[in-house]
Amino acid sequence: MLLAILLTLVVGPPLVAWLARFGRLNAAWGAGAVTLAAAYALWPALQGAMAGETQLQRIAWLSAQGLDLHFRLDGLGLLFVLLILGIGLLVILYARYYLTSRDSMGRFYAYLLLFMGAMLGVVLSENLIQLLIFWELTSLASFLLISYWQGRSDARNGARMALAITGAGGLALLGGFLLLGEMAGSYELSVVLASGESIRAHPLYTPMLVLILLGVFTKSAQFPFHFWLPNAMAAPTPVSAYLHSATMVKAGVFLLARLFPALSGTPEWSWLVGGAGLVTLLVGAVVALFQHDLKGLLAYSTISHLGLITLLFGIGTPLAAVAGVFHIINHATFKASLFMAAGIIDHECGSRDMRYINGLWKYMPHTAILAIIASAAMAGVPLLNGFLSKEMFFAEAVGAATQLRLGWLLPAAVTLAGIFAVAYSLRFIHDVFWNGEPIGLDRTPHEPPRWMKVPVELLVILCLAVGIFPSYVVEPLLRVAASGVLQGPMPSFSLALWHGLSPAMWMSVIALVGGISLYIARAPLFEIYARLAERPGMYRRAHHLLERLYLWAGAVTRLSTPERLPHMALWVLLFAMTLALTGALQAGAELQGGRTLLPMDLLGVVTTLVLALAAIATVLLYRQRLVALTLLGAVGLVVSLIFVRFSAPDLALTQLSVEVVSIVLLLLALYFLPQQESRATSPWVVRDLLIALLAGIGMALLTFAVLSREGQSISGFFLEQALPGGGGANVVNVILVDFRGFDTLGEITVLALAALGIYGMLDGIKLQGPEADSDGRRWDPDLYPPVVATLSRLLLPLALLVSMFILMRGHQLPGGGFIAGLITAVALVMQYLANGVAWTQARLPRNHHWLITLGLSLATATGLGSLLFAHPFLTSTFQHLHWPLVGDFELASAMLFDLGVYLVVVGATLLILVNIGLMHRESHTPLTDAEEEV
Amino acid sequence: MELLYAFSVGLLTACGVYLTLRGRTFPVVLGLTLISYAVNLFLFAMGGLLPGRAPILSEVGTEYADPLPQALVLTAIVIGFAMTAFVTMLALKARAEDGHDGVDKEAPR
Repeated sequence: MLLAILLTLVVGPPLVAWLARFGRLNAAWGAGAVTLAAAYALWPALQGAMAGETQLQRIAWLSAQGLDLHFRLDGLGLLFVLLILGIGLLVILYARYYLTSRDSMGRFYAYLLLFMGAMLGVVLSENLIQLLIFWELTSLASFLLISYWQGRSDARNGARMALAITGAGGLALLGGFLLLGEMAGSYELSVVLASGESIRAHPLYTPMLVLILLGVFTKSAQFPFHFWLPNAMAAPTPVSAYLHSATMVKAGVFLLARLFPALSGTPEWSWLVGGAGLVTLLVGAVVALFQHDLKGLLAYSTISHLGLITLLFGIGTPLAAVAGVFHIINHATFKASLFMAAGIIDHECGSRDMRYINGLWKYMPHTAILAIIASAAMAGVPLLNGFLSKEMFFAEAVGAATQLRLGWLLPAAVTLAGIFAVAYSLRFIHDVFWNGEPIGLDRTPHEPPRWMKVPVELLVILCLAVGIFPSYVVEPLLRVAASGVLQGPMPSFSLALWHGLSPAMWMSVIALVGGISLYIARAPLFEIYARLAERPGMYRRAHHLLERLYLWAGAVTRLSTPERLPHMALWVLLFAMTLALTGALQAGAELQGGRTLLPMDLLGVVTTLVLALAAIATVLLYRQRLVALTLLGAVGLVVSLIFVRFSAPDLALTQLSVEVVSIVLLLLALYFLPQQESRATSPWVVRDLLIALLAGIGMALLTFAVLSREGQSISGFFLEQALPGGGGANVVNVILVDFRGFDTLGEITVLALAALGIYGMLDGIKLQGPEADSDGRRWDPDLYPPVVATLSRLLLPLALLVSMFILMRGHQLPGGGFIAGLITAVALVMQYLANGVAWTQARLPRNHHWLITLGLSLATATGLGSLLFAHPFLTSTFQHLHWPLVGDFELASAMLFDLGVYLVVVGATLLILVNIGLMHRESHTPLTDAEEEV
Repeated sequence: MELLYAFSVGLLTACGVYLTLRGRTFPVVLGLTLISYAVNLFLFAMGGLLPGRAPILSEVGTEYADPLPQALVLTAIVIGFAMTAFVTMLALKARAEDGHDGVDKEAPR
């Protein structure tokens, strides 16, 4: 199950987007192949589910926290998997003809597969939280698909509204799931479904139910949250056929079915679910008749049918649940085919407005026949699938009526909805295919390409087959799916065309006759509706509400993130300081801990004084940038001395070499920046000084509080294991390349990324360096003094030798890949500085990317190497060797890893410095000798 | 000695924060560098101050300075350099595109 989801959700989208580069149709083929592969991966599990098994698949992750990937496939899941993959495949085929050459196929199919994977995740989840994550993913995928034509404002607005409504519902659902999980004591569906009694008796049952239903009703477009669905029709029609009729909107009713055994059977359930279903059924059916847009009609009809299914689950008897599942199947088949037919008509006429498209029978008889059969199924005409489930629905409504006061109202309302359903289905047939001639179309309609009709034909054949031979075609699947819903004994039912002269039969007859009469007498009704429709609808109101919300959010954002960076930094600082202060006050601990302090000595005082002087001077003189930079270098040197003093030779070496490259870097950058700042007084100096002082005092107190306390460290393990486990005496290096090697791998990756990012930013940058310094002196023509050049060349082999030495000994004595890499980089950068870029580039490789690549590959390969010996990633091994002349030598595989670190550090440092340096050459125009003489 | 150390960390922080709040890119880079010195020293101090006990194992040694903060700070120093370089590059890019060296879109006063 995991495999199928991974295929569609993770592998599929990038794959089809990539395939689309080699021809747009490849994307369609790729999407079809991915879908088939997912079906193949699920096939054994599907067969098991068909045999009535409930299959679970658990992939352990954080089991202690109850967070595992946990999948479940039973009858209900099976039904939905078939819908998702089956209709998905048809939609993929259909969309290949629907999309024009201006539409990006790669993007479309990538989004479609993303949705397919998310939807599979919803129906295959055993864990509620996991289900919710996939649930939200379907909302996101739906947003991307509705807004597929990004240039159209109705597409953007519709997508935004759909996301706002379903996203808000998802939030409520999260709350509901959390309550439900707490009540059941587990987030596993198996447990939840088995503890229905205790859940229904729980005092928090009602709030939990309301929250979950909010999620269900928003997703399945139930009144009063239905208005997003008609506006989602701005999506390409294959999307409407797939998401907004067959699958995504069914996720809500899927959840009703899924949680049916746990939640149903209370008055709250019946009134909330049944009430919402009934109102939605009626509103959808009535409004659908008056839509002029083909897809609008279908959208409201979808809302109405979703209401029908919800009402069935709300009635709550086992038989009603069976009818609900049956109608899920039937609605998916006939509505998907109707949407596809509407898409064909739109495609061939250039319009979807039923006031203009008339009389198409003459132009596309084949499509017309398909659409007529599907509409008849929607109306509930005998011999078609819609009739069977609708009759079961009528029978359930009559059954439920006996339990209620004024119960006859329910069958009456349901029949009224049936009348309207017949009327709008008839309108879809009569208004489009007859009723005069097309008006004002810019093209002559004709039949679409052959293969565009194939998906419609298959679905229509299914409608007929289910309608005529229900017990052969659909009954086995229906029984399995319904038993998945009920999780208990099945009620007895028979799928037959003729049940005698039952009340349901009469309701069907009334609906058919009444619907036809209503359609014939429709003209005055349309006038009334047109007058009513002028009032702002729910969509408009919700739209205004959302707009206000955006404005408000924008105002809050502007308030909290001012446009000026110093203010932003100030807020961050103030927030951090407030947090720290609150924490310190609440802790109420003594400032000084119990540890005996080290005695103060002269060296310490002098070091601190130098550091203080250099740091304060940096601040005082920061406007004279070169001076400030020099002072900053001095601060860095003192810091490295502090590391020496307190037993950190590795840190001291690193700090020292980093200091060199940093200063070179800042000098290079300073060339392109003003050398000095004017002494303009900022009004904020006092405020900033105060903040800085407070921050400094806070840090000092914190540091002192920590230093004066005894701490507990986990380092005993590292000290004990460094030699026997890591084969190195330099514990810091052993930690870096062995114990915490995975961290180091991450860190050199960050380093590589930073270098590449800088390289990327350098692309196309145009900067002009100064012609002269601040005192008006121009550049010295003698750019590369021979003394410096010669000395640096002489020093290079020596420096490289030292860096090799530092690298090799790193495992035992201070040194290692980071330090050696920096030393090598400094030695090479010195060549650039002393000899010029041109001279050096002729002698050194110009491209440093390969160094970084080599280093990262080496480090990763060393880690992977341990997998070959059945050890976890990055396990290290070592061997004692006796080298002639050198003596005893320990060779650890971690040293290869360190070599990788070394290469990355060299590559990244050089990539950064050399490329910034190269900008100089382009901007640098030194005086020529001739100019000098003038 | 701990008092001196704490004073140094505090002073570096104060200087760094003040420079970070300036309106031009170069002092901000200097300030960030100073803050990263302070942070590195602070993290390093988590292991306690212990002179003359480098964590290089030997036959005679019994007590060693805590190696773990050292390993963490070592990579932090290198990554710090990468970030300084990145920020510097951003400053150059902003200079090229906006035509001034202020940290905001509009030129500093």
